[in-house]
Amino acid sequence: MFGYVVRRLLAAIPIALGVSMVCFALVYLAPGDPVQTLLPPDADAETVERLKRLYGLDRPLPIQYLEWLWRVMQGDFGKSIATGRPVLDEILRSLGNTVLLATLSVLIAFSVAFILGTIAGRRTGTWLDRIVTGIAVLGVSIPNYWLGIVLVIIFSVELMVLPASGMAGDTFDPTSWEHIQHVVLPVFTLSMIPVGIIARTTRSAVAEVMNQEFVVTLRANGLPEWRVLRHALKNALPPVLAVMGLQFGTLMGGSILVETVFSWPGSGFMLSKAILNRDVPVLQGTILVLAMIFVTVNLTVDLFQSSLDPRIRRG
Amino acid sequence: MSTTIPGAATAEGSLPTQRGYWGTVGYRLRYDPVTLFFAALLLLIILSAIFAPLLAPFDPYQESIIRRLKPPGFRGHMLGTDELGRDVLSRLLHGGRITLLMGMVPVLVATLIGGGLGLVAGFAGGVVNAVIMRVMDVFYAFPSVLLAVAISGAMGGGVGNGMIALTLVFIPPLCRVAETATTQVRNLDFVDAARATGAPLRLVLWHHVLGNVLGPVLIYASSLTSVSVILASGLSFLGLGVKPPEPDWGLMLNALRQAIYVSPLVCAMPGIAILLTSISMNMLSDGLRSAMDVRS
Amino acid sequence: MMSATLMELDQRDRGGPQQPLLVVRNLRKHFPIRSGILGRVSAHVRAVDNVSFTVRKGETLGIVGESGCGKSTVARLLMRLINPDAGEQIFDGDAVGEHGGISVADLRRQVQMVFQDSASSLNPRMPVQNSIAFGPIAFGTPRVEAVGQARELLTRVGLNPALFGGRYPHELSGGQKQRINIARALAMQPRMIILDEAVSALDKSVEAQVLNLLQALKRSFNLTYVFISHDLGVVRWISDRVMVMYLGEIVEIGPADTIYTGARHPYTRALLASRPALDPDQRREEAPVSGDPPNPINPPSGCRFHTRCPHAEPVCASRAPSLGAEGEQAHRAACHMQDPASGHSQAIAA
Repeated sequence: MFGYVVRRLLAAIPIALGVSMVCFALVYLAPGDPVQTLLPPDADAETVERLKRLYGLDRPLPIQYLEWLWRVMQGDFGKSIATGRPVLDEILRSLGNTVLLATLSVLIAFSVAFILGTIAGRRTGTWLDRIVTGIAVLGVSIPNYWLGIVLVIIFSVELMVLPASGMAGDTFDPTSWEHIQHVVLPVFTLSMIPVGIIARTTRSAVAEVMNQEFVVTLRANGLPEWRVLRHALKNALPPVLAVMGLQFGTLMGGSILVETVFSWPGSGFMLSKAILNRDVPVLQGTILVLAMIFVTVNLTVDLFQSSLDPRIRRG
Repeated sequence: MSTTIPGAATAEGSLPTQRGYWGTVGYRLRYDPVTLFFAALLLLIILSAIFAPLLAPFDPYQESIIRRLKPPGFRGHMLGTDELGRDVLSRLLHGGRITLLMGMVPVLVATLIGGGLGLVAGFAGGVVNAVIMRVMDVFYAFPSVLLAVAISGAMGGGVGNGMIALTLVFIPPLCRVAETATTQVRNLDFVDAARATGAPLRLVLWHHVLGNVLGPVLIYASSLTSVSVILASGLSFLGLGVKPPEPDWGLMLNALRQAIYVSPLVCAMPGIAILLTSISMNMLSDGLRSAMDVRS
Repeated sequence: MMSATLMELDQRDRGGPQQPLLVVRNLRKHFPIRSGILGRVSAHVRAVDNVSFTVRKGETLGIVGESGCGKSTVARLLMRLINPDAGEQIFDGDAVGEHGGISVADLRRQVQMVFQDSASSLNPRMPVQNSIAFGPIAFGTPRVEAVGQARELLTRVGLNPALFGGRYPHELSGGQKQRINIARALAMQPRMIILDEAVSALDKSVEAQVLNLLQALKRSFNLTYVFISHDLGVVRWISDRVMVMYLGEIVEIGPADTIYTGARHPYTRALLASRPALDPDQRREEAPVSGDPPNPINPPSGCRFHTRCPHAEPVCASRAPSLGAEGEQAHRAACHMQDPASGHSQAIAA
């Protein structure tokens, strides 16, 4: 087991380096001189030259990459063009709000989807199963940025029971009713895709376990149905938990559209503002941090899964 | 030379079902009303996008100060008007062209590139496999929305850049599916049997490997079209795809979003178009998946 | 057509009837095991170790042994589906893959193989007659003609081409699929067919039918068989000579009847004893083999069977017994008890 963990951790290093290279390259994807993207559009030629030397942009690319990587590892992501503040500060300020959204969404999605998936997986082919499958397809088919708007129309504009946007404060306070109200719609919207995916996974995991011989044996032994189900769910849980973990990573990086709809002050909203402002340092830094979180979450899920199922370790 | 051979005459036999593989798939789809319904819906959406100039009741660019944000049914505007007084139905019909194009072309291109790379990686194995798959791992390490936003955002937006970004997003998963399928097929005995005839490698690949890899890759690609349309509209929604005044579902949604207090029903229209398209694509993909499963 | 086939076969017979169809010398294949963080090669599975044998024209050589003894690896090495680490292979007097010999592609045209798993050995996306015709088409036979030949071959293996030609593998039973596999091998007009557990997965009644078919085809197509199986009864029925393998090595080789009535190697005797005896009076000298074979990654020293052998003595662990050179005797066993000079207490007298 220890050898496997070490091997997996070492395998993640080249991936992390690759991710950093992609993020580094983002600046060069932008049309025109990379310096231009680091400066406001009205900067004069002298400033451009000075900045080029300052950032070492006149040197060969591999050197530039290593220097950039060195700075990034020390937490220096550069300064935001829009606000002038260090990019790292901006990211740290917004990241917590995104973690809050993603965590709540995944937890709610799991509770709902696990029940739905179990209902469907226990008796595949019934009308209940069809309804759950329908909900799952809807969950992954619905553009969540549109769902957010529809929910705002219903609950904020028409019913006027929930706020349409924002967060009501800089940090989330679970004791404040106002804070909780603000979090309802974004979390619900964001949980739609995970509901669809987790429900599907649960359904097939439960259906598979229910057909296995040990479950048939339990039934044949006259065990009450709820205890049979408990056995079955225990066996179906690991793959579902793994998918849930992966969904958390996906939401961390994928909440940009929903955060934009609700003007939720998280890293996604910041990213979308950075795009509008052509604020490349913020764009680059945020994407690097979110991608690294995604890599870490995936790695954690992988290790968690292998600790439950020794068969995976051999592969 | 057709002398009977002992033990040969008693071979079991039942009635033949002489229908080709694709024939069987088609036959099964014909008896799947749900899939047929969504296939028809998708066809309708695609056709109405293609024939938008003929079908649209108004000029999609024609603005009108006095007809801003009118509700559905107002003076022949079946779905109302937008924030600049343009006919929403006409813009939806025209908008489908760019949205569908931006959604489907990347999947198509990524299927060719990613599928091809996966086939090569799976069949070659060894170092070639390691190089291709490790590069894919890097792109796999980004959540798809983030990667699409990052690339098109850095490239400065636009329809072309958006399509490049989406293509790059879809290449790694398609490559992985093709690689897995190829590796599996490559190790089956029938590929060894084909190699054992001494036939050239390209014929073995073409007749015995490709046909068996194509199925899973196509099924997976079809399931990506829905994701792609949602992502493409999402890019436009963020201002990274289509530029105004071009009509596009994602962009329309973003523009109409400002008007939720005035004309909520009209605001929801572009999203309904995206939803119907992506549901049809998902259902069609699910139907294809079960119809293409030969062993069931 | 029959005579034409024979004529052709005769033309390909370069060495004459006395020249063995296949000579294998010192064949070796070790599969590397990678482990550790860097995936370094830490050990080898000695799948096939120093194996030498000949196959005469027109005979059936049976290869038996427990699973994992290397018999299937031998089959794949003979077809060059995997490359040997060492060893020579001479087909009808021509060295395979060497300068002045015959190429691997030419070898494959003359040697065909039927696999065990009838399900995975046919392309699920291809009508079976196309699977049969694939090889000839690849070598330039016009498509229509090749499919016509394929349908002819279907008749020869006992399947009605009108009923079965256009079917897909999942529409066939295991026995039918194995008939298709045999027809596919025949389509290349081979001189030799390697049957790797070709009937093992079939029901007993279907197995008998397919075995009868194989015998009949062998006569009418003038074939040579290498028949690999773990089923001793089947091997005895079909083989002229039998070769027994244990952990990648040959332990005994000889005429089928001699092996079954007078096995010399304790492993062979144990294998024979482990068969369910139909005759209650059958004597049991040897206890059936117990336990699993040792790990081929680190095979036992000396005689590889000494860890499970009831007659094991110190000499068995220290020195590997020799099978003896080919041509000395028809029946040879790699056991110290067969060598008067070995020092084994139960060795036969000189």
